[in-house]
Amino acid sequence: MILGNPWVHGGVVGFVVVNFLMVTFAWSVWFERKFAGRMQNRPGPTEVGPFGLLQPIADLLKLLQKQDIVPDGADRALFNLAPPIGAILILASAAALPFGPGLVAADLDVGVLFALSITSLMVIPVWMAGWASNNKYALLGAMRAAAQAVSFEVPLLLSAMVPIVLAGSFSIADIVAAQSGYAWFALWPPGPGLVAFVLFFLTSLAEANRIPFDIPEAESELVAGVTTEYTGMKFGLFYLAEYVHTLVASLLATVLFLGGWEGPFVDGPHWMIAKALGLYAFIFWVRWTLLRYRADQFMALCWKVLVPTSLATLVAAALWKHLS
Amino acid sequence: MAVGHGHLPEPVAALIRARAAVPNPHLDVESYDPEGDLLVLNLGPQHPSTHGVLRVKLYLDGEVCIKAVPYLGYLHRGVEKLCEKLTYVQITPIVDKNDYVAAFSNELAINMGFETLLGVEPPPRAQHIRALGAEMQRVASHLLWIGTFGLDMGGALGGGATLFMHTFRERESILDCFEVLTGSRFHYNTLQVGGCRHDIPAGWETLVRQTFATISARIEEYESFVRTNAIFLARTRGVGVVDAELALSLGVSGPVLRASGVDYDLRRDRPYGLYRELKVNVATASAGDCQARFEVRLAEMRESIRLVNLLLDGVPEGPINVLKAVKLPGTVKPKPGIGYAAIESPRGELGTWVVADGSDKPYRCKIRGPSLHALSLLPYLAPGQNLSDIIVTLGSLDPIMGEVDR
Repeated sequence: MILGNPWVHGGVVGFVVVNFLMVTFAWSVWFERKFAGRMQNRPGPTEVGPFGLLQPIADLLKLLQKQDIVPDGADRALFNLAPPIGAILILASAAALPFGPGLVAADLDVGVLFALSITSLMVIPVWMAGWASNNKYALLGAMRAAAQAVSFEVPLLLSAMVPIVLAGSFSIADIVAAQSGYAWFALWPPGPGLVAFVLFFLTSLAEANRIPFDIPEAESELVAGVTTEYTGMKFGLFYLAEYVHTLVASLLATVLFLGGWEGPFVDGPHWMIAKALGLYAFIFWVRWTLLRYRADQFMALCWKVLVPTSLATLVAAALWKHLS
Repeated sequence: MAVGHGHLPEPVAALIRARAAVPNPHLDVESYDPEGDLLVLNLGPQHPSTHGVLRVKLYLDGEVCIKAVPYLGYLHRGVEKLCEKLTYVQITPIVDKNDYVAAFSNELAINMGFETLLGVEPPPRAQHIRALGAEMQRVASHLLWIGTFGLDMGGALGGGATLFMHTFRERESILDCFEVLTGSRFHYNTLQVGGCRHDIPAGWETLVRQTFATISARIEEYESFVRTNAIFLARTRGVGVVDAELALSLGVSGPVLRASGVDYDLRRDRPYGLYRELKVNVATASAGDCQARFEVRLAEMRESIRLVNLLLDGVPEGPINVLKAVKLPGTVKPKPGIGYAAIESPRGELGTWVVADGSDKPYRCKIRGPSLHALSLLPYLAPGQNLSDIIVTLGSLDPIMGEVDR
């Protein structure tokens, strides 16, 4: 059977997953704009298509038509490479994400580690862009992004270790299987799982540069952070990477803590996607509600609160595993 | 009387020379060490958070500011010079654009300056309209400030924008009231020497009452926002502390001064117009930080709403102008002399110093804008602050560049 070939299987599933991510990204922008609009007493996009549904296409066409500007004194190679690298990395991180039993591009034994390490590589294109732009705002943004990534990796990985310890495996499929029968790690064991879920979610927000942790691109201070000098589709790729990063973080949180594709009636990818989109929408809600922390305040939050809490949670989970 | 530009009395000239000889460490651009590995960042004039076109040259060590030098003049339109070329009647629409979020206050200040020259006093009905407009404008201006302060902290793509949209909705309803009164939402051109141009139309009082009842309820929401939002408190408490001494020495007035514990409000301490009969409760705070400034402005909005409701109760009948309705420019000709009048605008003491030479145009017209004085705090507050805090501090001072540069 040709689908048994891992290359063919990986190719087909990967193609579907990448397209799912891209399409979700495009219409999540529409959704976010509508959502933010309703929160702000305005209708959001209404002009392009019914309910403004074709807005993503209009945005894409607009971005494609924009003049491609490389600033004077910029490091051209790095400047041009940064956006595609960012987009490729973030899409690659979805390779190890299963959407259902067997519905995974690459069923790795260390799937969690793979996804998390690839998403944490995102700091490299961001730093490249900040360095190559020859712009002080971009440089400050890149500095902030690097500091933030280094700090927030720690609680992110520690909280991701909790389901790994509880399931006794690095494989995402095994972790989801360990949660079957609604023993989702966010609910069971009571305590450490839920705390780890909240920590994972918070640190994912920071990893993906979302408010209240969007300090690297803080537009009221740094104009647009690392993307200040980018125009057209290069900016679009950064934009895509940011949204897909958020989406991948939601998917990861779903498989690690919310039982993956398990749900009422029929288990399957639809539950996985529904849960992840729920989290994704929650992130929008947070974004359009909260203000932004200052860089030092939020480093303090990371090292003084999140890291100790995640360590304690990990110890508690290990004890639970040991005793049961 | 002799009024000249080139012939300063010797003591004054000596004072100016002596002052120029003393270097101001906060304004000395070249005194930084080029080998000191500092990042020189030009904040503005095109920047999302400089409230118009302010340029601040920041010397940063990492992200911590060593020195901040504001450069003004990007919005200079020569308003004071224009005033010398226009008749007293034509000036009102020009000064509307100074403090462009509180146009009514500008008109009030300039026309009161002219009235001191003429020695006329507007009739009671006009005084009521003026006080009403000034208080409504104060609420509108503070609403805009709360929104932009949110933008400074939460960004145009975040929770700050949500706050901004909500306060703008409220402000828009006040502008609707102004539109019914004067025909314009923004730059009214409604006051003139000796009174007002537009009388209160039928049904206006009901409209204003309804508008302010709604806003009054919604201020509760903004207040709960201050008291409960941990991020807001973390970003504003203890940030940009203005010392009362420093503020007084720089001539700062208005909410910024009152947030530093100085209980000073022209409406009560040097009353003008209808405020001679009104009792104004002045809000103060002692902390002097950004949160105190927020609290003071919130309390001022409450007080202004109370005053609007009070004033609406007792609008007397009668003429709205002591002079004949001015149809042609050139009919207002004060005798030679100097006049000064100041009002408490939303940002502080907004004064007009005007010199008349007997013609239909002022010989000299100096506008004392409170924003300039508030902005002059920035070089003192910024050193030692993080870039993020500089933005918040600048926002909390509420400078309007149209008024700073004129």
